[in-house]
Amino acid sequence: MEILNRAIAENRKPDLQALIDAIPYCRFLGIEIDRKGSELTTILRFDTKLIGNPVLPALHGGVVGAFLEVTALIQLMLETESQTLPKPVDINIDYLRSGKPVDTYARAIITKHGRRVCNVRAEAWQDEHTRPIAALHGHFLIRPKDAETAT
Amino acid sequence: MTTHPPQHPAHKPGFVLAGVPHAAALQLTVIEISSGFAVCKVPYAEHLIGNPDTRVVHGGVITSLLDNTCGIAVGSKLATRGQIATLDLRIDYMKPATPDEDLFAFAECYKVTKNIAFVRGVAYHTDRTDPIATCAAAFMLGTARAPKTGTP
Repeated sequence: MEILNRAIAENRKPDLQALIDAIPYCRFLGIEIDRKGSELTTILRFDTKLIGNPVLPALHGGVVGAFLEVTALIQLMLETESQTLPKPVDINIDYLRSGKPVDTYARAIITKHGRRVCNVRAEAWQDEHTRPIAALHGHFLIRPKDAETAT
Repeated sequence: MTTHPPQHPAHKPGFVLAGVPHAAALQLTVIEISSGFAVCKVPYAEHLIGNPDTRVVHGGVITSLLDNTCGIAVGSKLATRGQIATLDLRIDYMKPATPDEDLFAFAECYKVTKNIAFVRGVAYHTDRTDPIATCAAAFMLGTARAPKTGTP
């Protein structure tokens, strides 16, 4: 990705919002980033196309999962030296409460930063941070600076 | 053993899940349903790309496709129509999807208990034995706001 390659060439972190905006699927979902220094919160703006259960109504489980995956990915871009977009190896999503038709927020933490694989946890919430609607933990492949070939 | 739907039902027309807004947004089509089984398709589209360099669809698209297909497989096994909610979903990504190729998912609901249904699924292009991703999921039968039995 041009934004990423330019940032790496200039030895700086890419503009994460610009990076997200360059990913068509993230634009389709409507993901924004609120960055305060090293603290990063992602925002999923509510839109009717994100509904999975029109009866309740509730957000689509896949959308919540995708949002958490993007949150994990952004956190990895911020904290690791990965030369490419991290690739998910596996993800595990716990659905804790149904997602209401409002904006959703998420944060991720890297629990283990290995050379090639990182373990990440992420949580999504709506009105109260202490009442998460979903939690993810997953493994992501990163490409370290001195890697000979792409994994 | 239960008879499985055909290996690659791409030729079947199916129907778009118009009642589910996100499924409609993905142009998710139900290709095949039988008791405990479902096959769905999401056609390749530019707005689903997760990496603009490789044009590979985002993992989240696969998450949505698998979640929905698993839900349909659960619904097809239940005697009465009711609300179900995903409890957990685990996805293993085996290989990146191929750009310009449609995504398919097959799900099998292999056990239903009083409260929970267990499902496994696989996402693929043409060959189910060459998966893009596999998943295992558990669904709650009935939700807090729409209980399993009695009037809501």
